[in-house]
Amino acid sequence: MNTVWALAGVVIKELYRRKDFYVLFVLTAVMTLLMGSITFFNDPRIASYLKDICLLLIWISALVIAITTTARQIPAERENRTIFPLLAKPVTRGQVVAGKFLGCWLASGIALGVFYLFFGVVSASREHDLAVIQYLQALWLHWVMLAIVVGLALLGSLVFAAPSSNATICFIVVLGILLLGRHLNQVALQQPEPLRTVVYSIYFLIPHLEWYDIRDLLLYDHPGLRWTDCLLATLYAGVYTAMLLLGAWLLFRRKPLHA
Amino acid sequence: MEVILETRDLRVEYRAQNGQGKKVAVKGLNLKVHAGEVFGFLGPNGAGKTTTMNVLLGFVHATAGDAYLFGVNVREPIARQRIGYLPELTYYYKFLTAEELLRFYARLFGIPRAEADRRIDQLLRLVELEAARKRPIKTYSKGMQQRVGLAQALINDPDLLILDEPTSGLDPLGRMKVREIIQRLKNEGKTVFFSSHELGEVETVCDRVAIINQGELKVEDRVSALVEKHQANLEQIFLSLIGYQAEVTA
Repeated sequence: MNTVWALAGVVIKELYRRKDFYVLFVLTAVMTLLMGSITFFNDPRIASYLKDICLLLIWISALVIAITTTARQIPAERENRTIFPLLAKPVTRGQVVAGKFLGCWLASGIALGVFYLFFGVVSASREHDLAVIQYLQALWLHWVMLAIVVGLALLGSLVFAAPSSNATICFIVVLGILLLGRHLNQVALQQPEPLRTVVYSIYFLIPHLEWYDIRDLLLYDHPGLRWTDCLLATLYAGVYTAMLLLGAWLLFRRKPLHA
Repeated sequence: MEVILETRDLRVEYRAQNGQGKKVAVKGLNLKVHAGEVFGFLGPNGAGKTTTMNVLLGFVHATAGDAYLFGVNVREPIARQRIGYLPELTYYYKFLTAEELLRFYARLFGIPRAEADRRIDQLLRLVELEAARKRPIKTYSKGMQQRVGLAQALINDPDLLILDEPTSGLDPLGRMKVREIIQRLKNEGKTVFFSSHELGEVETVCDRVAIINQGELKVEDRVSALVEKHQANLEQIFLSLIGYQAEVTA
């Protein structure tokens, strides 16, 4: 486990020494604060709109950070040839996959924590109130969802040669699931066979990332989720992440590396 | 004398780049490197040196035959516990400092913090990077990067050092430094297995050499014995064994 933590530590250092995170955070903060400073016709719901925009920006930024950080990990190791001194140590390829995953997930979590802290401050300053339970549940489920995204990008980095193509495909898949995932069963009902079975199969096979999007709870002061639901959602994400990591390990295990 | 590195009938085949047929990179290679030796692994480009090293380090699997480090099959990661490896031209994590890089590699070997600190100080002194230890690697020159590479290869105080063209791309001063370090390791009783195109350098530091060409072992002997037998220097012997003279006369 020490090896996995050491590998993860390097990924985290990379995140806070690169500019990507700071750029995204500053952009989110500036856009939110700018919009917060404008008053639209004294609309009392302005705070809600502001929170909505802020959360949307957080979701976009978190996906950008998680996918781009993960997509470049193994290709960069190969391109810079650091994979060779690394694997020449008593390190297995499984540990490399696990370390990269842990590093990317923790790095995404740190970034997410900073973004949510900012959201909490904006929210509390505008409404003088913060639904703490819903806030913590939203943060937790968002982070858990990112584990699946990181696993997907890691697997993609072993399938696609270029990090840019992997990142693009990951974005399309993740956004596709987030926007269309919940409607696929209804789409399936309207299709003739055998298309109906195909669409249904996709519906049951894809990880339903949209279940982790509980922004409405924060925006409209809905009551929090039951903790058992949070636990089930965490387990569901854990199973998908494990399957994606297993796939990544199986691909990486037999991949010849030429120094 | 204890055998540190061994290959038995090692054969490595690749799928040809045009997708048709197979290319045999190493053909039935048998090598034995003993404890305390500095062993030069020579051959022209494409001879199979790097492929052999790749098998020894577990980067590629042999098609047939076996390779062992300290008597452990190289397929087992534990075989690499007591080795240090310096690859040719590596660009280490540029956002880390030399100190952080060495600490990272020390953690992979499970070296305790206090011991790691002691080794890091010692190694940075050895490779003369003490003054630059807190600077990110992205600010290092090529020679400095190669030296930090040498330091990472030594972080676990290895009994066997595998060096792939360690002086490639270095200026004469850098080469001299690397040679000095190899000599020093030899005096400490370490085993060094290295590939190089610098035959003068090999002649100076190596006890024994193996020359391979087109994946086949042409000769394996003590440098002094080869020089005596052929009545020529190592470069002339090398050229003769890879068939260069034959081509010229033809």
